[in-house]
Formats: sequence, structure tokens, C-alpha cells
Amino acid sequence: MTPALAIRNVSHAYGARKALDDVSFSVPAGSFTALLGLNGAGKSTLFSLVTRLYAARHGEIEIFGHNVMRQPGAALRQLGVVFQARTLDLELSVMQNLLYHAALHGIGPIDARRLGQAALSRAGLADRAQDKARALSGGQMRRVEIARALLHDPRLLLLDEPTVGLDIKARADLLALVRGLVRDRHLGVLWTTHLVDEIADDDQVVILHEGKVLATGSAADIVTAQGAASIGDAYARIAGIGQEKLSA
Amino acid sequence: MSEIAAPRGFTLRQYLICLSGVVWREGLRFLHQRERFVSALVRPLVWLFIFAAGFRQVLGVSIIPPYETYVLYEVYIAAGLMAMIQLFNGMQSSLSMVYDREMGNMRTLLVSPFPRWFLLGSKLLAGVAVSILQVYTFLVIAYFWEIEPPTKWGYLTLLPALALSGLMLGALGMLLSSLIRQLENFAGVMNFVIFPMFFASSALYPLWRVKESSPWLYYVCEVNPFTHAVELIRFAFYEKVEWTSLAIVFAYTSAFLVAAILAYDPGRGMLMRRGG
Repeated sequence: MTPALAIRNVSHAYGARKALDDVSFSVPAGSFTALLGLNGAGKSTLFSLVTRLYAARHGEIEIFGHNVMRQPGAALRQLGVVFQARTLDLELSVMQNLLYHAALHGIGPIDARRLGQAALSRAGLADRAQDKARALSGGQMRRVEIARALLHDPRLLLLDEPTVGLDIKARADLLALVRGLVRDRHLGVLWTTHLVDEIADDDQVVILHEGKVLATGSAADIVTAQGAASIGDAYARIAGIGQEKLSA
Repeated sequence: MSEIAAPRGFTLRQYLICLSGVVWREGLRFLHQRERFVSALVRPLVWLFIFAAGFRQVLGVSIIPPYETYVLYEVYIAAGLMAMIQLFNGMQSSLSMVYDREMGNMRTLLVSPFPRWFLLGSKLLAGVAVSILQVYTFLVIAYFWEIEPPTKWGYLTLLPALALSGLMLGALGMLLSSLIRQLENFAGVMNFVIFPMFFASSALYPLWRVKESSPWLYYVCEVNPFTHAVELIRFAFYEKVEWTSLAIVFAYTSAFLVAAILAYDPGRGMLMRRGG
């Protein structure tokens, strides 16, 4: 079966500094895959390559079999993205933000309004459509960003450290929302994080450390293989670091 | 509506939806930033009401095309002020692109599946549309200052000139935005771009006067794309075409556009070298 995201032998450097070194892994369709790594591990670089902000000079990146560089249109159509930085236009209303995103995917205003309203309902924000984005809380903004990323019905959703800056409840709500999408819509999700408590036993995990993939597999398998007590413990052993860096 | 298949799987209708979405958003942002609208209007009006009124007695303008009689200094600099509005708008758009890039909004644009040249082109056209709106608002006020074309058709013949000069200055701004690392560096670039371009041009004084006082400055003015935007606008307002300026503005527009699109190309551009 074609994976939602396939990354093969990708390397990337900024000048002499190597940010990614021969990275390979895949995100199966309909799975929740956590990309676990500390700040500076290369997660954001990987994100920029997958979203085609800049080009992968070494290696291949495919979204449902479409090469990101050779068939960018077909690849990006299948992709929804939630960036680490907040990317809502704060001066516009929630619905206007959604309509703009829809236009960027060739969806006209009538369809976009219908899809937007449905997406907001799923995110529990149906009554906030006309509010300015500025009026939302951090957690609500993230949920709108997820609703926006799913508006064009992609099959792969990328989220770059989406829980940064959120309180415990908002984090839990967000995780539940995304896990629900994986279950109900068979969405492939790549969720980057440095917080091990966001990872469940049956999640797929990719451990990225200093630009290299050190382990891949289900969280439970990685824990067992390391003879560790938890995924945090396993990660600390694999990366050779203290566990205190891995909790919120 | 019939849907004509376009490359990369989007229909012509979808391309138009994307373009109008980008223009719509730029328009909304402009309306929400009232200070920007007011300052875009006040700047040329200050030049017109104060500077031009003060210099009216000092600077005489002889009869030069497209004028067929002696004209007041206010009339002479009106074309330069229209181009100035577009110059500031082009730079302002580029500033907003740097800001968007730092804030991440630019990424939502660039992750769209439409070809990147089309997305950047849409963004550019949106900026041009806003600048044209600003110029016509300026002209409404300037009308009461007796700045008007020989016939009302001048307002119409002005439009294509504004579209082309707006494109050129917008493309220049877009190119600059790709070269600027951070917002803090922007003010310096403004000083090195806006002021030299504006003053070393035919916006404030006819070039024959510049030639009399400094031949080398005259040559600088001659190669300055802004000079040709001003002249294109000046002639169009008088329902005439300045062919040399038209050709030069067209050439500069093409060059800036190609350079800006290459700079934003994921494989070649400056974004890559910067790492963010």
C-alpha cells in the first residue's frame, strides 16, 4: 500500500552545518505518526522540505506516491499543514481565513463557506465563524488552523509542534481532535513534538536526533526493544540524553 | 460554466478563484489597515499642497511634451506623485511579504498546490490593484487642486500605464523581499531604494534641467526605472504614449519578475540559503 508520506535518504545542510543526514521513514495512510526530537533535531527543516518551502537536494520525498519536487501540484493537493508559527490572519474573521485558504486550493466561495462551516462544527467552533481570529484563544486558533488545513480534504496532515504554548486542557483537546480524525477519516498524520507524554503505545514513532533517524516503529516496540519503562526512557537511552528534556 | 483543463490538474476557473481569493484578501487587509490607507494618501498630498506650492515660484517648467502650454509646478509633479504612491505601495507589499514570511503567513500561500509563479503573480496583481485604487483616490482630491487631464479620457488612458508601472515596482519590491533577511533590515533598504529612486528621476524636475547642472546625474536618472514609470504615467494622463519609457518599463518589469520568481523558487532561491 502506498504510504501517505515516504521520505527516502533525505539529507540537507545549511552551509557546512548538516541539519538532516540520510533521513528515511514513512507515514502509513490512516496512522498517527509522532516525529520525536528535541529542538534543533531537524524537525522544522524536514517540515520545510516536505512543504516545499525549499528543495530536497539529496533524497526523495513522496506524498501518496507523488514526488514533491517533480509533481508538486499533485503532492500538495493531498497535504494539509499546521505550522508551528500561528498563521491565521488576525485582522480577518475566522470564516474569511477559511475562504482565503479555500481559494488557494481552487475552491470557490459558495463551496468554501459550506465546507468551512462543517469544518468549524467538527472543531467545536461553529459559533465563532464571524469572530475576528484575534479574539480566539491559543487552543481555539490551533483548532481553526486544523479545520483550515482539512478544508480541501487532504489525506495527509502535518502538524509541527502544534501544542507549543497551549495549556494542559487545550493540549489534550487538540490531541483528541487529531486522533479522532485519524480514526474517523483514515487520515495519515505526522505530528512533530518533543513531548513524550503526547505519544500513545500504538502510535508510530520516528526518533530524530541531531539530524539522524535513530529509531522507527510503534512506541510499544521501541520501548520493548530498549528494555525501557516508557517511550521517554527509551528515547533518553537511544539519544543518550537526560529524560527531563522530554516533558512539558 | 465550461471548465477548460489547465496544467497540473486545475481548471481555468480554479485559477481564477485562486487569483481572486488572493486579491480579495489583500483588499481586506488594506481596508483593515486604515493608517496605511491614510498615509498612502497624505504623503503625496503633502508634496502637492506644501512642497509644490512652495516651489512653484522657484522652479519654472518650460513647455515640454506632453504639455502644450506652460504648466504649474503642481501639474508637473502630479505624475511623479502618482508613481510615488505606487513605489511606496510596492515597497509596502514587499515589507508585508517579509513580515508574512517571518510570521509564517507566507507559508500558507507557498504550500498551495498552484504553481509558485502563479501564486507570486497573484500576490503581485493584488498589490497593483491596491496601488491603482490609491492613485485614483489621490486624483479625486487633486482634481479640486486643478490637476486633471486635458479631457476625461485621460483617466482611462492612465489605467494601463498605472498597471504596468505598478507591476514593475511591485516586482521590484517582491525581489527585494526575497533578499531581505529580517524585518529590521528593511528600513535601510528603504533608504537605499525609495529615496534614490524618487530623487534621481524626472518626478520633481525635468531631466533637461538635471542635465544642465550635472551630466552624470542625468545618466543615472536615465537608467532609473522610476523615471520611465513617471514618464509613462505623465504621457498616459495626457492621452499619449511615451514609447521609449513603455519599452524600458516593460523590460524592467520582465527582468524583476523573472528574478523574483527565481528567488522564490524552492530549488534555487534565497530562502534555501537562509534556512528559514
